Amino acid sequence: MSIQPAKTGGKHTLSVLVENKPGVLARVAALFSRRGFNIESLAVGPTEHDEVSRMTVVVNLENTPLEQVTKQLNKLVEVIKIVELEPESRVQRALMLVKITATTETRSQVLDTIQLFRAKVVDVSTDTVVVQLAGNTGKLNDFLRVIEPFGIRELSQSGMVGMGRGSRSISERSLRSVAVPAPPPAV
Amino acid sequence: MSEQMTGAQSLIKSLEAAGAENIFGIPGGAILPAYDPLMDSKIRHILVRHEQGAGHAAQGYAAATGKVGVCMATSGPGATNLVTPLADANMDSVPMVAITGQVGAAMIGTDAFQEADIRGITMPVTKHSFLITDPAEIPLRVAEAFHLASSGRPGPVLVDVTKSALQATTTYRWPTELHLPGYRPVTRPHAKQIREAARLMLEAKKPVLYVGGGTIRSRAHRELFQLATLTGIPVVTTLMARGAFPDSHPQHLGMPGMHGTVPAVAGLQKSDLIISLGARFDDRVTGNLDSFAPNAKVIHADIDPAEIGKNRYADVPIVGDVREVLTDLITVLTAEKEAGKEGDYEGWISFMAGIKKAYPLGYDLPADGLSPQYVIERLGAISGDETIFTAGVGQHQMWAAQFIGYEHPNTWINSGGLGTMGYSVPAAMGAKVGCPDATVWSIDGDGCFQMTNQELATCAIENIPIKVAIINNDNLGMVRQWQTLFYGERYSNTNLQSHGQTKRIPDFPKLAEAMGCVGLACDSADDVDATIAKAMEINDAPVVVDFRVNKDAMVWPMVAAGSSNDEIQYARDLAPEFDEDDL
Repeated sequence: MSIQPAKTGGKHTLSVLVENKPGVLARVAALFSRRGFNIESLAVGPTEHDEVSRMTVVVNLENTPLEQVTKQLNKLVEVIKIVELEPESRVQRALMLVKITATTETRSQVLDTIQLFRAKVVDVSTDTVVVQLAGNTGKLNDFLRVIEPFGIRELSQSGMVGMGRGSRSISERSLRSVAVPAPPPAV
Repeated sequence: MSEQMTGAQSLIKSLEAAGAENIFGIPGGAILPAYDPLMDSKIRHILVRHEQGAGHAAQGYAAATGKVGVCMATSGPGATNLVTPLADANMDSVPMVAITGQVGAAMIGTDAFQEADIRGITMPVTKHSFLITDPAEIPLRVAEAFHLASSGRPGPVLVDVTKSALQATTTYRWPTELHLPGYRPVTRPHAKQIREAARLMLEAKKPVLYVGGGTIRSRAHRELFQLATLTGIPVVTTLMARGAFPDSHPQHLGMPGMHGTVPAVAGLQKSDLIISLGARFDDRVTGNLDSFAPNAKVIHADIDPAEIGKNRYADVPIVGDVREVLTDLITVLTAEKEAGKEGDYEGWISFMAGIKKAYPLGYDLPADGLSPQYVIERLGAISGDETIFTAGVGQHQMWAAQFIGYEHPNTWINSGGLGTMGYSVPAAMGAKVGCPDATVWSIDGDGCFQMTNQELATCAIENIPIKVAIINNDNLGMVRQWQTLFYGERYSNTNLQSHGQTKRIPDFPKLAEAMGCVGLACDSADDVDATIAKAMEINDAPVVVDFRVNKDAMVWPMVAAGSSNDEIQYARDLAPEFDEDDL
């Protein structure tokens, strides 16, 4: 995690539908690791179908073509579908919680900044506030840059989640079964 | 149809339903419940001496028969001993199912006795893996495992079953359908891609059929023969594809790669069109990738889309089963031929014929001692082209790939991708179980042999009469060859004999006898044929022949690791010359 504005070159956001089974996250993470693909962000959660989970993976690719990443991912038996969310046709959000120093002298300035970003205070103590902010990487990084001089005590950030714009749904596809095949014949 | 039974009974019944006929394995604590119903099953269990032997035997069985090989082991060390065969099968796309016992579900994660997270350990080296804690899942998971192992690009699947699931009472119900929404291998090639491939093939002047192991796995040798003879295009068969196209055929240029033939390497290098059939542009084939076949367009057909474009750009990618790709290409090209359209490869074919004539495979006889290449050449000639050969990894493997003529698929079984020393003897055992009527020769090095020869005891006891030819040069020969060529003849830790000793340790014939095999030895060229003939006559016990060969023999031709294929050496310090004016 960097509070510097992130580089945009070579970054791709993938929406990956996977079977909701134990070990799938480990399988996906291990694949990225052993093939030398860099994960910048990863988020996973349930979907509108009980048996399907959705991962949003942001990969930062230097030498590997994206095609090789999606093909290798597709080889995992529990990966059902992969869609790249292109920047112009997606919405993308991460959630951030920041514990900011807010003394009696700085509190009003901190609150002003929070309001500017339409962030929300979710906890208050005598010398800190905990703020919740959702947004894309740019917005979150901008907020951190502005708030940093007041003192960031603690930072916790979710992975990016994303979705394509418009009325089409990624999961419009029947989850077909196949008949049990007979054992293959000898040569 | 459903019946009440234990999870263990359900597992064995499921394996029977999936078509398993043989299992190679060793019992132990966690898998023990499964061994009880196995006693009453029609499945033959072969009790091996080491789980690695079980895994390689399952591979050898699968490679020889095309069926799914099955091995079984207990939890912890039993399971971890299977990791090498699983990784090997994953690299060479061998259909295999490994069943392992796991500690009881309640004990998982407690560092219990003989607990190992084998599903986690094998995730990167299997096609897929399951952990079963609910006994009701057993039939479905076994059915899925066999389907995954044998369909699409074949590979190993691990099924880890907890002892608690094996012991519980459950309902057995063999599934009628599988629910694998993320697994739909494409076997039918796209018609547009086929037409485009055919167009390139007709336009090309210097095409080569680059045949890989996928051609063997998809049982496409007949279609390959048909396409090759229809078009006249020269053929190269990779280490994994030896036997996919008859070596005796004039269009065959041999094996490409680091120790490939000059015509096969030059054929790819100088071609203007590579038609890749179930091959993966492995570094051992391409040498330095940037200078590999610089003027060639590529048609890349593979059932695994991830292989296409992975190492080399494909001008025409074709995702599909090689056999279906070939069938469709034959249809299109036959129609073109009838319409009078054929490729014009005449200059190319005669150019390659010239190279083939000028640079045949060969070897120099050593001034003293037995030539290993000669031994292997005679083994091939005497035992006949129906013989199944397995090999370990190293010099003997390369010579066995070079100097034996393969006429049929599945008669050459070796560890190609992973390069596992010790593969040969257990793989031969598996092949012999699968093909009891075939002669099975394990060609092995003395280094490899000492890694897995314990399975000879299994072969003797279980009446699996394989034949083993140890190409014994007292050294880790391939490593020694690299030390000769690249490390100034400094032979660090490659001499397997104690220095200055006159007696060979171990005495292989005696070792063979101790394990219930017939042990023979041969150290002179004059005795080679008679010794092989003697070994061929023994069919009621495994035979081990210790061929004591010259240690200085080297594998040629050679493209040094990382070099361009243009720098192939025909023999030491001897580069081939090509008169390209003829082209």
